[in-house]
Amino acid sequence: MAEPLISVRNLNKSFPGVHALKDVHFDLYPGEVHTLVGENGAGKSTLMKVLAGVYQKDSGEILINGKPVEIPNPRAAQRLGISIIHQELNLMNHLTAAQNIFIGREPKKYLGLFLDEKQLNSKTRELFSLLKIDFDPRVKIGELTIAKQQMAEIVKALSFNAKILIMDEPTAALNEIEIEELFGIIRHLRSQGVGIIYISHRMDELFQISDRITVMRDGQYIDTLKVSETNLDHVISLMVGRKIYESAPQIDLAVNRPVVLKVSGLNQGKTLKNVSFEARKGEILGFAGLMGAGRTETARAVFGADPIDSGEILVNGKKVTIRHPSDAVRHGIGYLSEDRKRYGLAVGMDIETNIALASMQSFTNFGGFINTKATQKAGSDMIQKLSIRTPSLSQKAKYLSGGNQQKVVVAKWLIRNCDILFFDEPTRGIDVGAKQEIYKLLNELAEAGKTIIMISSELPEILRMSHRIVVMCEGRVTGELLASEATQEKIMKLATQRESMVKTAQ
Amino acid sequence: MPEKIIADKTAKDSFSSSSAKQKILAFSSLIILLIVFSFASPNFFQSNNLIAIMLATAVNGVLAIGVTFIIITGGIDLSVGTMMTFTAVMAAQFVANWHMPVMVGVLVAILAGMLCGFLSGVMVAKLKIPPFIATLGMMMLTKGLSLIIAQSKPIYFTESPTFALIAMGSIFSFIESFKIPNAVLIFFALAIVASIILNKTIFGRYTFAIGSNEEAVRLSGVNTDRWKIAVYAFSGAICGIAGIIIASRLNSAQPALGPGYELDAIAAVVIGGTSLSGGEGTILGTVIGAFIMSVLTNGLRILSVPQEWQIVVTGVIIIFAVYVDMLRRKRSK
Repeated sequence: MAEPLISVRNLNKSFPGVHALKDVHFDLYPGEVHTLVGENGAGKSTLMKVLAGVYQKDSGEILINGKPVEIPNPRAAQRLGISIIHQELNLMNHLTAAQNIFIGREPKKYLGLFLDEKQLNSKTRELFSLLKIDFDPRVKIGELTIAKQQMAEIVKALSFNAKILIMDEPTAALNEIEIEELFGIIRHLRSQGVGIIYISHRMDELFQISDRITVMRDGQYIDTLKVSETNLDHVISLMVGRKIYESAPQIDLAVNRPVVLKVSGLNQGKTLKNVSFEARKGEILGFAGLMGAGRTETARAVFGADPIDSGEILVNGKKVTIRHPSDAVRHGIGYLSEDRKRYGLAVGMDIETNIALASMQSFTNFGGFINTKATQKAGSDMIQKLSIRTPSLSQKAKYLSGGNQQKVVVAKWLIRNCDILFFDEPTRGIDVGAKQEIYKLLNELAEAGKTIIMISSELPEILRMSHRIVVMCEGRVTGELLASEATQEKIMKLATQRESMVKTAQ
Repeated sequence: MPEKIIADKTAKDSFSSSSAKQKILAFSSLIILLIVFSFASPNFFQSNNLIAIMLATAVNGVLAIGVTFIIITGGIDLSVGTMMTFTAVMAAQFVANWHMPVMVGVLVAILAGMLCGFLSGVMVAKLKIPPFIATLGMMMLTKGLSLIIAQSKPIYFTESPTFALIAMGSIFSFIESFKIPNAVLIFFALAIVASIILNKTIFGRYTFAIGSNEEAVRLSGVNTDRWKIAVYAFSGAICGIAGIIIASRLNSAQPALGPGYELDAIAAVVIGGTSLSGGEGTILGTVIGAFIMSVLTNGLRILSVPQEWQIVVTGVIIIFAVYVDMLRRKRSK
């Protein structure tokens, strides 16, 4: 093989109280996609931040093209040809795509006093055409889809002549088609000799896009594997280093179970068209579809978060009117948003408060005082019941791992006596080990008689967890599959069954 | 793929048209106010009164132009009113008390304003003090210094009559029917220059970029602290210009003047559609906003509405303007 673009030798990095990286090794060759996997806290991001100049190494060596280098700041990393695309995109939404790409390096005219907007746009167009990207560089970046914003970030990275591109969970917010487009760009870059370091929690992707996989665990280097010589189970076992919860695929539930939630003829502008479905007691009902298919919108409409034009909702056979989330909660319906930190948790407050937050009234004495004994008891009960890993009840929610945060949100709804729970992307941004725990929790909730409606964009997750699967496309329900008959292909076919196609077929 | 491109284009069109709508909205409110007052009182649409309105707009308008830059970065400046007074007092100290030429007074005022703005900028960018607090401190600091330097008494420019001409003279005085005071011309000229700086130069680009996502700009290798300090210093220099205008108009530096001006300036910026959360705003909007405020005050006074009620009405207008702006933003999403 050729000389590596970048070599990391015996790298160490400590933070107060944590040895984040211990003697880590890593190599990246030109024209290679090298994926870094590990649970949250394994040290992937720390390693990437050291390479991008955000953190400083304590000891060890970084070699670029065989020469030892120091990377004291992000600027230095750029000069060495290292660019990083962060998971949370760093863009200025009010500026155009071209303005974002050339921020800090704007072409100027008239003695450098004025900006040369024309040249800015034409330079951007050139870069776009190299990557076969096709949209107007003058569009404000905030108006673009996340996929396009990401492409703009990639173009920005490459405009520094980056030879090493680090991508931290680039597919977290993309749908299947957008992911294919992104992979197209990655393959193109690879053929140009760019080395790509890829971080992802979506295991199914790794084998599609990577050449080699390096596994990290607890800040340590574990192993580097060639994709052609390994398999998913092996990678996962190296990652978690322990036996993980394995659930068997679901079997079909008996049809005679009582229908707890019946939704019929839900309409909402252009987003929802005649959506109908049923969910039974003790069932996990999966909602599959591409992004924008109307799954989240359905959940929000049933939950009363957004107004509907028409439609009927029956809970336990009785027709109910839901105009506001408080109505839904009264009827025992809970909604767990995909964006836990924004809509699910008061991240700056402790676990106890978060768990009691939705049912404060039942913890309040006459006179408006909070019965702290009761909230403490409820909190510790839930910590035990859901095995939330935390040093204490007074730990702030933001210091919990993604999986444990999710459990706190679940606890909040369980205390509120919700029997119907909508889970919107319950495992987004959660690592493999914690995912298994969420799956276990969902299964336990279903076994305890709760009705779970799970929205997910990850097909393997849908297939493994659901008793029944509802597939949506463009605001319509395009099909329903039993666990025993569902396959990836069948779901994808239903998920792409556009209205126009249906019409021409008829 | 082609489908998506079309979607992006329409998104862009609807956005630009909605931002144009906002300008039309502010502008048409101004026109409506002018029409209503013209019908309500024959004294309103007289050239004398219109010039009085423009003169009344000049000081607040100039201050508001400086504040627009700061608000676009996502900051706020509470000190512009007292900073303006401080620069006026400094100019008076040099010109009236130390008998320096008028030009020196003008330079001193602008430099004094720049220095104060620079200090606010350092507090905000380097010491990471929230702009609200940093400029609150600067407000008290400049207010106190003004009173100390002027010994709590107005300083009059009796010995330098040219000073009054800066604002109240008119370079067009040879045209009998077009005696627009220089103060107004300075205001308009400054608005044009500021608009070019905001939209065509790197200074303006970074002003928007910092307000949109400061961390992203910093990670792109731009020294954001330096640009932020520059924005506050620039706004301070503009306070110096306002200080000269007001001192020249009153033919004196009034050390107790100032508090209240900062809120009027912020109100004009907000009525003009600049977002308090940063990242967007226009100078034209701010100019229209400043005019809406002074037309309102002037018109209500001509209609003999008590001054107390004028303030109430202005308050209602500000709340209404911001609400309309939020509706627009919601819809454009």
